Amino acid sequence: MSMTRRLLCTTGLAAAVALVASPGLAQKKYGPGVTDKEIKIGNTNPYSGPASAYGTIGRTIAAYFEKINAAGGINGRKITFVTLDDGYSPPKTVEQTRKLVEREKVLVIFQGLGTPTNSAIHKYMNSRKVPQLFVATGATKWGQPKKYPWTMGWQPNYQTEGAIYAKYVLQNVKNPKIAVLYQNDDYGKDYLVGLRAGLGAKADSMIAKSLSYEVSSPTVDAQVVQLKNSGANVFLNVTTPKFAVQAIKKAHDLGWKPVHFLNNVSVSVSRVMKPAGYEKSQGIISSAYAKDPTDPQWKNDKEYLEWVAFMKKWYPRGNLNSSFNAYAYAVAKTMEHVLKQAGDNLTRENIMRTAASMKDVRVPMLLPGVMLNTGPGDFRPIEQMQLMRFEGETFKRFGPIIDAGGSS
Amino acid sequence: MADSSSPAVEAVAVANPPARAMSPARLAGIALALAVALGLPFVVSDFHSFQLTQAIIYAIALLGLNMLTGYNGQISLGHGAFYAIGAYTAAILIDKAGVPYWATLPAAGILCFVVGFLFGLPALRLEGLYLALATLALALVVPQFLRFRPMEGLTNGVQGISLDKPAAPFGLPLTPDQWLYFFALFVAALMFWAGHNMLRGRIGRAMIAIRDHHISAETMGINSALIKSTTFGVSALYTGVAGALSAVVVAFVAPDSFELFLSISLLVGMVIGGLASVSGAIYGGLFVQFVPNIAEEVSKAAPWAIYGVILILFMFFMPAGIAGFVRQIRGWLRKRLAGSPADG
Repeated sequence: MSMTRRLLCTTGLAAAVALVASPGLAQKKYGPGVTDKEIKIGNTNPYSGPASAYGTIGRTIAAYFEKINAAGGINGRKITFVTLDDGYSPPKTVEQTRKLVEREKVLVIFQGLGTPTNSAIHKYMNSRKVPQLFVATGATKWGQPKKYPWTMGWQPNYQTEGAIYAKYVLQNVKNPKIAVLYQNDDYGKDYLVGLRAGLGAKADSMIAKSLSYEVSSPTVDAQVVQLKNSGANVFLNVTTPKFAVQAIKKAHDLGWKPVHFLNNVSVSVSRVMKPAGYEKSQGIISSAYAKDPTDPQWKNDKEYLEWVAFMKKWYPRGNLNSSFNAYAYAVAKTMEHVLKQAGDNLTRENIMRTAASMKDVRVPMLLPGVMLNTGPGDFRPIEQMQLMRFEGETFKRFGPIIDAGGSS
Repeated sequence: MADSSSPAVEAVAVANPPARAMSPARLAGIALALAVALGLPFVVSDFHSFQLTQAIIYAIALLGLNMLTGYNGQISLGHGAFYAIGAYTAAILIDKAGVPYWATLPAAGILCFVVGFLFGLPALRLEGLYLALATLALALVVPQFLRFRPMEGLTNGVQGISLDKPAAPFGLPLTPDQWLYFFALFVAALMFWAGHNMLRGRIGRAMIAIRDHHISAETMGINSALIKSTTFGVSALYTGVAGALSAVVVAFVAPDSFELFLSISLLVGMVIGGLASVSGAIYGGLFVQFVPNIAEEVSKAAPWAIYGVILILFMFFMPAGIAGFVRQIRGWLRKRLAGSPADG
């Protein structure tokens, strides 16, 4: 009897020692939503309502995590991707996010979509200390690690793009006089802020004229005439597609031949360049950070073909012409990278640390050479873009990858 | 219900039990409901408290809408606009002027009353569907207006206004969600009590009389124009206070929070809850808050199709709304429980 007991004790002790000593086990640290077999990730997307066109992003991401799970998951853990509909309504986003955090107990909220929706949970996420990772919005406010250490953006923001055009102007245009046409809202103003930052001290002397328009206005013709008359030799065209078409036509018809920059928002060949007229669009400069799936130059690209294969197998309903689906693929790859890197230390703190220590990380469907870089003071993963010029019937990329980071 | 004497009221007597003092049974029922409501946040999670708080807020808004549409017969497709005005009034006062959150509710209510009253004046010329269209326009305009540039200094444009969630005062051992639940419950109780008193009194009877036959109402000496625009004002006041509460509870407002769909949801909630019924507003609030969630649980692919099916089922089986259904059950129970004289 006592023998057995001693034996039991010894075995138990040995087992305990083994448990403590085993480095693999000792390192395991889990936050909410994580077990040896599972990592729970939350997400909100507009599957209904006015912005439901974006819902395809959530579906692509879900399909991608299914693919990962079929291949054994990440470090042996399956991803449970809980994605809820918020209809692009901020109060609903608050409710659904709280459901994900407090009921579903997800580890992180990933890729919540929209500026107002993410704004609504910004404080909540940071006071709860739950990562709000790689939000799907181009606003500038997501990269403030000091004030909001639990929130991180992903795509280049409008300021970054404005700064990239400023850099190009400083290097390539003699005696630049810049005219700006911008939409009178946060989006338009962000470009102006970026442009000024990029120009530096000379901004005031270089910007000859900046005029705005309201989304509700019928035309921007009058503004373009005034901008031309300012004698500017550079035209920064910060407009959404409908107004971009008008501005391109008007500038051409007036015989104004400035160095013409068109913001990335309106680089759609089918929606802007074609209706404006290819002959009137020649030479327009813009920028991009991701591969446009409709661009024939990627037809035989390895990453593009992989993406197509993925879409056909895991999300066959998905549209292969949609840049949203390519975007979702790239951002899901980013999340996969972070989870892989975090290893067995899957606490919320370590997820943020890992997300904030990406060094030249490459995810597919970004332009060749565009890398993800973050640091403790840099919560803006993509800050690189490449310029492109409209020639014939497509945009041709030129020059090096431009990095607008560092300053932020 | 055969005891209604006024001819103007008789026509609606089935849907609206005439004014009379509450029976002890009814009072006991209300007391029980209140006791349950007071205990709930200690039983359920913070998240559910938050959801219930939102249901309470919708109930206040629905009571407002019900006064206008259910009792007074004026259809509004635009009450989301008053909800938005109330919410923004609260948010701006808290954010720009540092007003304590509880003090913003009366301000939001008064502002909405004025806006509602003024909107009600021209709306006097519009009947039925035309009024519905005019209010629809209001619902469409307000989100645009909030994005409007000259307003941006106040409204922050599309970015919206972020607020801090208030903590429980006096060192009460409550989480912010529990506290806001009680706060909303208190406001709701106050407003339901006041609303109930108004509706069962002289003004309420006048509202109903105008709805049912405004010419005979006027021959009886009711100032139809005044009652109608005042109803519009009071209705907007209720909805505005609900909006202000929602701004405090959600701690964020943006134009996207108040799109047309909100107005439609309120209308649905009112009809499902029960037209011209005070308790119907509570059922409606629960419906607006929880049924979309249930629909999403049933089908992620087509939640709004499920929602539609639920809606149709409700309308089919409860044509007088949930409140009407409850009333039927009560009547049936009373009959079953021996021939005790109808006292409640």
